[in-house]
Amino acid sequence: MADYDVKELDVLVIGAGGAGLRAAIESASLGARTGVVCKSLLGKAHTVMAEGGIAAAMGNVWAEDNWKIHFRDTMRGGKMLNNWRMAQLHAQEAPDRVFELEEWGAAFDRTPDGRILQRDFGGHRYARLAHVGDRTGLEMIRTLQYKAIYLDDLEVFMECTVLRLLVEGGRVTGAIAYWRETGRFVVFRAKATVLATGGIGKAFRFTSASWEYTGDGHALALWAGADMLDMEFVQFHPTGMIWPPSARGILVTEGVRGDGGVLRNSEGRRFMFDYIPPFFAAETADNEAEADRWYDDKRNRRPPELLPRDEVARAINAEVKAGRGSPHGGVFLDIASRRSAEYIERRLPSMYEQFLELADVDITKEPMEVGPTCHYMMGGVRVEPDTCAATVPGLYAAGEVAGGMHGSNRLGGNSLGDLLVFGRRAGAAAAEFARSAGGLGPLDEAQVARICADALQPFANEQGESPYELHRELQQTMQDLVGIIRTESELAEARDRLVGLAARVPGLYAEGNRQFNPGWHLAIDLRAMVAVSTCITLSALERRESRGGHTRDDYPKPDPEYFGKHNHITRLEEDGTVSVHAEPLPEMPPELAELFEEATVS
Amino acid sequence: MSTLEQRAPAVAPSPIPVHLGGVRGGPKAATLRRDRWWVAPVLTVSALLAFVGYSTWAAFQNRDYYVGAAMHRDYLSPFYSPCITANCQVKFGPVIGSWWQISPAILILIFPLGFRLTCYYYRRSYYRSFLWAPPACAVADARPRYSGESRFPLIFQNVHRYFFYFGVIFNVILTYDAVEAFRFPGDGGIGVGVGTLIFVVNAVLLWLYSLSCHSCRHLCGGQVNSFSSHPIRYAVWKRLTPLNRRHMLFAWMSLFWVAFTDVYVRLVASGAIHDPKLF
Amino acid sequence: MTVTAEKLTETPTQTPLVTMRLWRGDATGGCFVDYEVEASEGEVVLDVVHRVQATQAPDLAVRWNCKAGKCGSCSAEVNGRPRLMCMTRMSTLPPGEAVTIAPMKTFPILKDLVSDVSFNYVVARQIPPLAPRPREADGTHRIAQVDIDRVQEFHKCIECFLCQDVCHVIRDHEGNKAHFAGPRFFVRAAALEMHPLDTLDRRPLLRHHLGLAYCNITKCCTEVCPVGIKITDNSIIPLKERVVDGYFDPIAWLGRKIRRKPARTPVTEPLAPQATAGANGPRPGRRSPGEA
Repeated sequence: MADYDVKELDVLVIGAGGAGLRAAIESASLGARTGVVCKSLLGKAHTVMAEGGIAAAMGNVWAEDNWKIHFRDTMRGGKMLNNWRMAQLHAQEAPDRVFELEEWGAAFDRTPDGRILQRDFGGHRYARLAHVGDRTGLEMIRTLQYKAIYLDDLEVFMECTVLRLLVEGGRVTGAIAYWRETGRFVVFRAKATVLATGGIGKAFRFTSASWEYTGDGHALALWAGADMLDMEFVQFHPTGMIWPPSARGILVTEGVRGDGGVLRNSEGRRFMFDYIPPFFAAETADNEAEADRWYDDKRNRRPPELLPRDEVARAINAEVKAGRGSPHGGVFLDIASRRSAEYIERRLPSMYEQFLELADVDITKEPMEVGPTCHYMMGGVRVEPDTCAATVPGLYAAGEVAGGMHGSNRLGGNSLGDLLVFGRRAGAAAAEFARSAGGLGPLDEAQVARICADALQPFANEQGESPYELHRELQQTMQDLVGIIRTESELAEARDRLVGLAARVPGLYAEGNRQFNPGWHLAIDLRAMVAVSTCITLSALERRESRGGHTRDDYPKPDPEYFGKHNHITRLEEDGTVSVHAEPLPEMPPELAELFEEATVS
Repeated sequence: MSTLEQRAPAVAPSPIPVHLGGVRGGPKAATLRRDRWWVAPVLTVSALLAFVGYSTWAAFQNRDYYVGAAMHRDYLSPFYSPCITANCQVKFGPVIGSWWQISPAILILIFPLGFRLTCYYYRRSYYRSFLWAPPACAVADARPRYSGESRFPLIFQNVHRYFFYFGVIFNVILTYDAVEAFRFPGDGGIGVGVGTLIFVVNAVLLWLYSLSCHSCRHLCGGQVNSFSSHPIRYAVWKRLTPLNRRHMLFAWMSLFWVAFTDVYVRLVASGAIHDPKLF
Repeated sequence: MTVTAEKLTETPTQTPLVTMRLWRGDATGGCFVDYEVEASEGEVVLDVVHRVQATQAPDLAVRWNCKAGKCGSCSAEVNGRPRLMCMTRMSTLPPGEAVTIAPMKTFPILKDLVSDVSFNYVVARQIPPLAPRPREADGTHRIAQVDIDRVQEFHKCIECFLCQDVCHVIRDHEGNKAHFAGPRFFVRAAALEMHPLDTLDRRPLLRHHLGLAYCNITKCCTEVCPVGIKITDNSIIPLKERVVDGYFDPIAWLGRKIRRKPARTPVTEPLAPQATAGANGPRPGRRSPGEA
C-alpha cells in the first residue's frame, strides 16, 4: 500500500541551518556518506534571520577577554541552569569555529589592524560578537552552504519533511519523510541521525520565526523516546517590530542597543534603570552618564538596555502594562537621537531597510516601536555535552533543538556559536557512531507503512476542520496563556485546551492532492507543534519559580534552593502521556565553580 | 562560426549536464506588466534618433562651424574640433592633406561616436530600445535567438577602453577649445560671452561623462584586488565610484549639450543670432 | 489575569476587499483564478496570499520562509514584475485593480506560485570556491576593511533568484541555460575574484563556460535586486573588464609580460558534477512530465 523510495546513508542530518550544515560538513569530511534533509530550499534556513553576530572570545577588540569570561557570562545569563560542560566547550571552541568560517570565505567586518571586528551585545562583558553588519546569519549560512555543496560525500535533499524517526531495535535508524513537491514518501535509512531542526516559534502568535519553526525535531525526539530538557524555557526577544500588524514579531536586532540605542517609554524616560535586578546590579550602570560612557570605555558599568534578554523583555512588558507604552502597545527604541545617520546606515543596514520598507519609519530620524516577540527555544533534546548524543542510541541533536547549553535564558550571539561548536561535534560523533555501530537489519516495513498511512489520513477526513483554524487557536492559546508572564491557572487552562487541540489534530482535513499542498503540510506540522506545546506547558506548570525565560506571576522570585538546582526532564510515557521529572544539575568542577565566587567585576 | 565557439568548443555542449528539464508552465503572455513600460524605450529611441539625425546633418554641412576673429570670438564647434584637415584650417595646421574632400567632422565624429556606441550605458539603452532585447524588464525579447556580446560583431564592444583613451584625448582638445572661447580677438583680448559658458559647460560635462565611464573606473582602481596595498588607486577609485553611479545622467547631459553647443556656434556663425558678451 | 503587550494592540478597523488574481496550475497547465479577500493596513502581498490560503484555497502552493526579506523564498511576479511577495506592500500597488501574481517565468513550474529553481543549484556547483592564501605567522588572516567592502556587498545576496528570473538571456531563451550562469552567479564569481584572500583566476571560466559575454547589461537584474546589490555596475561590468584585461587588451597583455607579476592560478574548466545528486542535480522528488 505505502509507496516509497529508500535511501541508504551513514549519517542523516535533519535540518540545513547552521547546525545541520556544520554537522553534515564534519561528517562528510570524515568520510561518512551524509544526507541533509531540509524543509525549505538549501540556504533559506532560519539561521539567515540571525543578525547580531557570533559570540567568541577571540579578544580582538578587548584583549582582556578569554573563554573563562565568556563561560561565566553564559552561565550567569542562563541563571546557572546551563549544562556547565556545554557552556565550557562552547566558550572554548567558538573562536576556532569563527576562524574556520573566515577560511571558508566569510567576510567579517574588520578591526583597523585587519582582524575580525567584535561588537557589544547584551550580557557579554566584552565586545565579543564577530559580525557582518547586521546580517551575520546570512553570511554564516551562505558560507556553510558553499562549503557543503562541493563535498562529494554530502547530499542535500531539499523541500523534504520528516514525519517520524525510524526506531528499530531500540536504536534510531533513520527517518521517514515526504517530498513537499510531490507528496511521495521516502525512507532514509541511516546508521546515525542528527537532529538540527531549530525551534518552535510557530506555536506562538507573535514570533520572529518562519513557518519552518514547528518544533519538528523536538517532537521527533520525543516520539522516538528521547528525554527532553527544560522545555519551559522559551525566550521572548525584547525587541520585535509591533507595527504594522503584518510585520508584528519581525526581529529588531539587539545590535541596535549594542550600538547605542536606548529604550524609552511614552514619557521619554529610559526606564531600564528602574528594572536592574540585584543579580546584575554590581555590573550595570545606574545613571545615564555612566551608561553612555561605557560605549567608549568598558571600565564603566554596562547600560541596563544590555541586560540579558529576559530582563529587558519583562521590563518592556511591565512598562506597557503600567500604561506607559507606545501608541501600538510597545515601547520606543531610539537610536536616531544618539547616533549619526551615517553611522546607523553603516552599522545597521538591514534594520534601516526593514523599517523603511515595512513600516515607513526612518530609524535615522525617528524611534522604532518595539515589543517582545517569541524568539528562541532554550529547552530541547537532552544531549551528552561532548558528543551531542541524545538518550536514544543513534540519535544526536545540535543547535536550537538541543537543550542545556543556554540554561534558562540565552545570551544574544551565543546561538550562532552554539550551532557551529555543537554542529561540528554532533557531526563528528555521528560519523564515528556510524563507523563503529553495526549495520542495519532489514527495514521494518510495517512501521513505515503505519507512518505513511497516518500521514495520508488528512485527505480522508472529508468532514474534518481546517488546519489553519486549529493553528490559529494553538498560537492564541500559547501566546495568551504560556507567554512571557505565566501563572498557575492560565497554564492549567492551556494544558486543558491543548488536550482538546490534540484530540482534534487527527481529524484535520486536507483539501486537494498530495502535490505541494500547504494545507496538508500544516496538518502534519501541527502534530509536532501540539506535542511540543504540551511539553512546554507541563514543564512550565511544574517550575514554581521565575527564572530566565520563565516568569511566573504567582512565584515572582527565583528559588535557589530547589528549582535553581534542578533541570526538568520531559518524556513520552508508554501510555502516550507526557511526564515531567526534576533532576539535579550536573556538578560543576571546582576550578570552574571558582569563577563565580570572585568579585563580580574583575 | 562565432569567435567564442572557435576559442572554446566546450561552450556547447557544456561538459556539465545543466538540468534543463521541466515544463515552464505559468502564463504564456509576453509580459504581465500593465504599467507603461514602453515609455522609456520610445523616449530613448526618439532622443537618440534626434541626435543622430542632427549630428549627421550638421556634420555634412561643412560650414558655419567656426566663429572666428572676424566676429571677435574663437568658438569652434565640438563636432569639428580639432580641425586638422586641409579644408578646415581654422586653428591648426593641416595634418590631413587636401585629398580629404568631405566635411572634416566625419573624421572626428568617429571617435566620440565609437566611445558612446561601446559605452556600457548606451549599450543598455540601445539594446533595450532599438533591438528590443529586451524592450523592458520582464517583457519578452522581440527575437527568438540571442547570443549577447559573445559573437561578431558585438564581441567588439570589448574595445570600449580604447575609445575611452581616445575620448580623453578629445576631452583635452575640447577643454583647450573652451579655454580658447575666452579669447575675444579684437574685442578686448579676453572676456566671457554666453558662448564661453556653453563651451565650459560642454567641457565639464564631457569630462564627467568620461571619468564616470565603467572602463575608467576599472582601469583606475577596480582591477586591483587589494585596495589596501594600492592606496592611491583606491583613492581614485573611491572618488570615481559616485560619478560612475551617475553615468547615465552624464551620458544624456553631455550628449544633449554637445549638440546644443554645435547649434549655438552654427547660429552665431551664420549670423542668425549675436553672441552677447557678458563681461 | 496578566496583560501582555500584544493584548493592548488596537486591531485595524479598515478591511477593504481586494481581488487577488493568482496563477493556479502545474506543469500540465493552469489559469489565473480571482479571489476576493480582505486586506488590512500595512499588509504585504504575502499576507494577503496567506489569507487566501487560510480561507479559500488551502492547497494554494506558495514558497515562503522568513517574511522579512531575508531568506529570498517568496519570489514571484507581482503585476508582471519580479518581486519578493513579503516585501511588496499592498499600498504600493494600484488601488482598485486586481493584483496579478504568477510564478517566476524563467524556471519550470512546480505548482501554483512555486517554481523549480534547481538550475541555480546546478550552476552554483560549477564555480570553484575560495582558495585562500596561507594564514599569517600568528595564525590569523589580516584583511583591511577596504578590501572586504566589495565582497560584503555581494554577500548581501539572499538567493531569491529574481535576477535570474528577470534576466532575458535565460528568461526568453531557454537554450542559453546550458552556457549562461546568470546574474546571481556573476555576483558570486565577483565575490570570489575580488576576495582579498583568493588565489584563483576564474576569468577563463567566466569567458568560456559561464557565458559572461551573453550579458548585454540591460540592468534588469540590478532593478529587481531586493537587497540593492548593484549587480551590473559592481559585479558584471567589472568582471567584463577583467575579461578584457585577460583577452582583449594588448596593452594589458604587454604589461603582464613586462612586470611578470605572480599570477593567480587560472581555472579553465567548471567543477565536475558530483556522483550523487542532492542539491546539485535533478530534484529527487520530481516527476518527469507525463508520469502519473
